[in-house]
Amino acid sequence: MATTSSAEPTRRDFLFIATGAVAGVGAAAALVPLIAQMNPDASTIAAGAPIEVDLSPVAEGQGIKVFWRGKPIYINHRTRKEIDEAKAVNVSELRDPATDAERTKAGHDQWLVVIGICTHLGCIPLDHAGNYDGFFCPCHGSQYDSAGRIRQGPAPLNLYLPPYAFLTDTKIKIG
Amino acid sequence: MISKKIARTIILGAAISLASSVCVFAQDANETPTPPRQSWSFSGPFGTFDQGQLQRGLKVYKEVCSNCHSLDYISFRNLADPGGPGYSVKQAESLAAGYQIKDGPNEKGEMFERPGRLADHFPSPFPNEATAKATYGIAPPDLSVMAKARGYERGFPWFVFDLFTQFQEEGPDYIHAILTGFTDPPKDFKVVEGKHYNKYFPGHNISMPPPLSDGQVVYDDGTKGTVDQYAKDVTAFLTWASEPTMEARKRIGLQVMIFLLVLSGLLYFTKKRVWSAVH
Amino acid sequence: MSGQSTYQPQGRFMQWMERRLPIGGLIHSSFVSYPTPRNLNYWWTFGGILSFMLGVQIITGVVLAMHYTPNTELAFKSVEGIMRDVNYGWLLRYIHANGASMFFLAGYIHLFRGMYYGSYKEPREVLWILGVILLLLMIATGFMGYVLPWGQMSFWAATVITNLFSAIPVVGDSIVSWLWGGYSVGNPTLNRFFSLHYLLPFVIAGVVVLHVWALHVAGQNNPTGIEPKSDRDTVPFTPYATLKDAFGLGVFCLVFAWFVFYVPNYLGHSDNYIPANPAVTPSEIVPEWYYLPFYAILRAIPNKLFGVLGLVSAIAIMAFLPWLDTSAVRSARYRPLYRQFFWVFVIVAVGLGYLGSQPATGAYVIIARIFTAYYFAHFLIILPILGLVERTKPLPNSITESVLGDKVAVPVATTGVR
Repeated sequence: MATTSSAEPTRRDFLFIATGAVAGVGAAAALVPLIAQMNPDASTIAAGAPIEVDLSPVAEGQGIKVFWRGKPIYINHRTRKEIDEAKAVNVSELRDPATDAERTKAGHDQWLVVIGICTHLGCIPLDHAGNYDGFFCPCHGSQYDSAGRIRQGPAPLNLYLPPYAFLTDTKIKIG
Repeated sequence: MISKKIARTIILGAAISLASSVCVFAQDANETPTPPRQSWSFSGPFGTFDQGQLQRGLKVYKEVCSNCHSLDYISFRNLADPGGPGYSVKQAESLAAGYQIKDGPNEKGEMFERPGRLADHFPSPFPNEATAKATYGIAPPDLSVMAKARGYERGFPWFVFDLFTQFQEEGPDYIHAILTGFTDPPKDFKVVEGKHYNKYFPGHNISMPPPLSDGQVVYDDGTKGTVDQYAKDVTAFLTWASEPTMEARKRIGLQVMIFLLVLSGLLYFTKKRVWSAVH
Repeated sequence: MSGQSTYQPQGRFMQWMERRLPIGGLIHSSFVSYPTPRNLNYWWTFGGILSFMLGVQIITGVVLAMHYTPNTELAFKSVEGIMRDVNYGWLLRYIHANGASMFFLAGYIHLFRGMYYGSYKEPREVLWILGVILLLLMIATGFMGYVLPWGQMSFWAATVITNLFSAIPVVGDSIVSWLWGGYSVGNPTLNRFFSLHYLLPFVIAGVVVLHVWALHVAGQNNPTGIEPKSDRDTVPFTPYATLKDAFGLGVFCLVFAWFVFYVPNYLGHSDNYIPANPAVTPSEIVPEWYYLPFYAILRAIPNKLFGVLGLVSAIAIMAFLPWLDTSAVRSARYRPLYRQFFWVFVIVAVGLGYLGSQPATGAYVIIARIFTAYYFAHFLIILPILGLVERTKPLPNSITESVLGDKVAVPVATTGVR
């Protein structure tokens, strides 16, 4: 560094420190837009807005698949048998314990709404398949029951529940 | 030293020729008069949009312009964005719901219509450009970037001054001029069949019929509805539509300029301090 | 010459690295201890500014490429998506577009600095030629970049410039359709321009490395044009030149920010906000300001083939400058006659730029032809003769003497031998 006389070292140092600090702040501020631009842009966020699904065409025993934020969502109109089976399971024996009530909305237990992505490595499980009247993932053999809970196979967790609410008895809003 | 004289003669000769040719061409430019300067709330380094004006302009677009012109790049959610007309999200939602948006195909493979949502864009009055062209003989252009897509030659020396005064409103001035420029043609001017005379349109033959008339749109805030007022308001709205982020740009610009002035000042004194050892 | 290795690696890690890959030593000898003439003025900060601008363009360009779609149906819309929806997209786009202009502004100043002070003269000929190559690469990169938004000007500029190649006899038309990938400018053209526009800046970066290497072999020129004679004539690059470059960069960024934030569309053309329409030609096809002088030269020559040759030679002739200028004295500071012709050349170049922006009719054509003739005369006639007949001013004995003035300058032989 320059070897000036040490007459006023504190003032010289202050100038150098101030310059360095301001330059550092500028460099950090310059990084902000470069990093922020990779976050989802406004149109992506808008496209991921909540959707409304009309349930009236879905008969008992049937299910539909809708997409929200690029993810497949199974909406099953469960039969009495499927509901009773799900409620009868011993929760403490489950790998990811959850009661059937926790996986449905109160007063609407005939409707199961789950994200159709296997919690193992992300394949889409088949609906109404497997040994538990639920879902079967063909990739590595994970089996879910009629409440979407993991019963057998390598998946560690139950199928995820999307945020949703009933607007009327026959219409839900997902998201 | 003969070469010096030759050099001087060349420069002088060139300068005179250049200057006189500029004058010659200045006269040609007066064939189409330059749009008069308007005063805009959004001009200059501290300019902002007048939200009331943007809302009035939206109304003019909806009731008049949207019959022929699309606004493809504006979606209903933009109406609630900061730096814009200042609608609430709920207001933007209900405005969107008033439109029927084509969607589909559904499971049957059919296209259908549904109420608009925030994420939808303003629908085009025509299904495609070919329909527009068939209807009017020429496709009315989309208006989303119109305020940036038009301008006029400023000429020397004004384009030098513009750099320092930050004059960027050629487009809005031009649009306002066109909208208010549907005057009667001079006696000797031949208007092309099917077109209309416009004072400020290059060549004076514009395909668009005069869109505005006094009292055409009733403003909710009670502002008097004249052609000039409509033109001002819809131009401001279109300027916002062309650049919705303008207010953020000028605001961040001020912060960056101040920062750079401080940093340059510090660097200057640091440089002087370090170099004092050498001088 | 690069300084002696005074580098002492600090810390165990750097000592370990230095034995295996001596980057620390390289950076130290090139940018810290590197002896820099003490009398460099602010025109010498533009090299550093250009390096900074290359970095800015590459970074903003890579980031913009994350959101841009090089398809004729989607390109214009994707750019508007960047402007409206991408977080800070408007800022990145305006920085990149105005950054191209700032890049050329700094490039031309850097070039004129070299012309004024004789930085192209022996032993810096290769350094200069690498600079001309960099200019050509910048021109190609800028041209392809401007096509990408697919506005009216993008499309028609692409059409005009690619059509120039049809002037080549025999193979011209094949070359043009090879460039287009079709029968006219279209989607294949856009796609390949995007690929090449992404590639060329990295080629530029590679040539910049060669350029700086060639510079460091010969050492910096300086305003007197005489070589450093002792250590008194130079200072270590850091902190002296580093700080001066940083201050110059700060002022440059103020000008840059003025454009980006307050007049971002000043240097552009409004027609490029109209989506490309192959059926409608704009009332005037004008390139961006940094191409205007060459555009004027192209249009001034009435023959198609010779017009193209004129355009190419206007740039290529600069590569021959070290041999066309016969003067033994480098810096215009000591060449009073050359100095005047230099400024006339600058006026002619700027004048050609203005003429390139105007329609090619009437008096504009005549003046453009005069200026074009003068442009080439400057290189081919004036410079060679000037070096032989000029009476130059006496050179100072050393750089230090020119700065501190402690000795009376002894007149050196004024013509021929130095």
